[in-house]
Amino acid sequence: MPGAAGAAGAPERLPAPGMWATYRMIAGMWIRSTLAYRASFAMMLVGNFLVTAFDFVVIALMFSQVRSLGGYSFAEVAFLYGTSTTAFGLANALLGSIDKLGARVRDGTLDTLLVRPAPVLAQVAADRFGLQRLGRLLQGLLVLGGSLLALDVHWTVLKALLVPMMLLSGTAIFCAVFVAGAAFQFWAQDAAEVQSAFTYGGQTLLQYPPTVFAKDMVRGVTYVFPLAFVNWLPALYVLGRPYPLALPAWFAFTPPLVAALCLILAGQAWRVGVRSYRSTGS
Amino acid sequence: MTDLVELDGVEKVFDVRRKTGRWRREKQQVRAVDGISFRVPRGEMVGYIGPNGAGKSTTIKMLTGILTPSAGRLRVAGLDPSRERTRMAQRIGVVFGQRTTLWWDLPLYDSYRLAHRMYRIPDARFRENLDRCVELLDLASLLDVPVRQLSLGQRMRGDIAAALLHDPDVLYLDEPTIGLDVISKAKVRQFLRDLNAERATTILLTTHDLTDIEQLCRRVMVIDHGRLMYDGALTGLHEAGESERTLVVDLERELPPVRAEGARVVKVEGPRQWLAFPASASAAPLVAHIAAEYPLVDLSVREPDIEAVIARMYEGPRVH
Repeated sequence: MPGAAGAAGAPERLPAPGMWATYRMIAGMWIRSTLAYRASFAMMLVGNFLVTAFDFVVIALMFSQVRSLGGYSFAEVAFLYGTSTTAFGLANALLGSIDKLGARVRDGTLDTLLVRPAPVLAQVAADRFGLQRLGRLLQGLLVLGGSLLALDVHWTVLKALLVPMMLLSGTAIFCAVFVAGAAFQFWAQDAAEVQSAFTYGGQTLLQYPPTVFAKDMVRGVTYVFPLAFVNWLPALYVLGRPYPLALPAWFAFTPPLVAALCLILAGQAWRVGVRSYRSTGS
Repeated sequence: MTDLVELDGVEKVFDVRRKTGRWRREKQQVRAVDGISFRVPRGEMVGYIGPNGAGKSTTIKMLTGILTPSAGRLRVAGLDPSRERTRMAQRIGVVFGQRTTLWWDLPLYDSYRLAHRMYRIPDARFRENLDRCVELLDLASLLDVPVRQLSLGQRMRGDIAAALLHDPDVLYLDEPTIGLDVISKAKVRQFLRDLNAERATTILLTTHDLTDIEQLCRRVMVIDHGRLMYDGALTGLHEAGESERTLVVDLERELPPVRAEGARVVKVEGPRQWLAFPASASAAPLVAHIAAEYPLVDLSVREPDIEAVIARMYEGPRVH
């Protein structure tokens, strides 16, 4: 049916660009825009790196006073920190400013994106894209690299494969949280803070071992809001540590499934959000 | 199928929550568009007018796929805009007078280059269309200028060009001349006239400026309270509304209302008086008469605005 009704004489239209092509175009425009202000760009990159590195400095300071945290060594906590920060850093670099959607909904500038022949999700995801966002990712990778050198773990092929798998599915889970949070902003435009509690808050939570938190908290992020699948479950398998909840060992390998499920749900929420978009008065 | 735009009983209902108590909220339904039907054949240039809050923008937003209608059938070039939003976007051009689609910090040309890639416009076609817009809209010296440095009129011309590079079937203009000076307005109008004549681009425009309509549109649609109140020729609208112009005169001192044939005083404020006279009549004899009989200091003529025309069309009190 599509195409059949096309008006006679109208020029042939090529299919609209897809998600990734759109993302690259819009991100490219924003990079060019920020390059107009070079000094500010450099300062933001350094600032981003330092601010996020401060989280790790806090942990390092703690370990100058104690030998272990919730029964975990410095290298082990660093491993949790590195996996959490890298996964979140990657998701944040890709989708970080999607939480600005609420502002665009409020002031009606989302309209200008909706009349372009490209997926809105990709346009919003790439909105205000900046290379300075790589600061957090870089920092996470550095800590992760350091921890891998320092860890006293008996590596197996399975464990080695688990590390990249957890980074990828962790990124996907955080991306799903970003998208679902943004979808929610179609109804509640000031929900960005709630979203931050789950994204930034979740990242910080996962930087520490689950043993330092109350059982109910751990249950919550395992069974209700599946943040535990970002790194806790697979990472504890790598470290040879028991998970605080009685779960079979194979749960360490489920993150890709959980991530896929989260992405599907977030995608649905997004579609419902766009369709219920109301725009502003003028 | 020659009708490019088809609306049948289109409605848009918004749920508005109102606080009625500390915790209680009442749900209210607002019918922004309340059953509108019309057709626009290819190549027509239509003015879509009405007071603020009448439902103009809401209609445009449904036509462009931004909003989903609550009821009714809507087709543009055979597509259902909100369901086939990206395909729709390839075939329409949209200019929002109040917000730009151009990239603020980048040279004007960069926005066009993005359109080239995003609309997948064939290279030769892009060159041809861009050259034409640059020439007719006077953009040659502006292509390298960051958009933030453009004046309002320059930016509007830039926005119009951006909306036309992909040969849209329909061009929607929402207040295209708002805030522009007389010369910029004239340029924009001339361009739209040429575009419509040479390319048979269908144009639907909303405006508060009656001159836009007079100079561009043979057909006018008036919408008020979400309903189509008038659909026909502009001349008919004038007759229906008996539009009037206003002559504002400043006299030397406070005087009783001026007496002049063919005009009536509608308001007096100290030495300033407002006289209404038929829009079809010339102001010259009236001005000559007043200048001869009264101590005239200054004067100005105001064109009828859309609100006034519509208000007179549908007698009865109107809340502003």
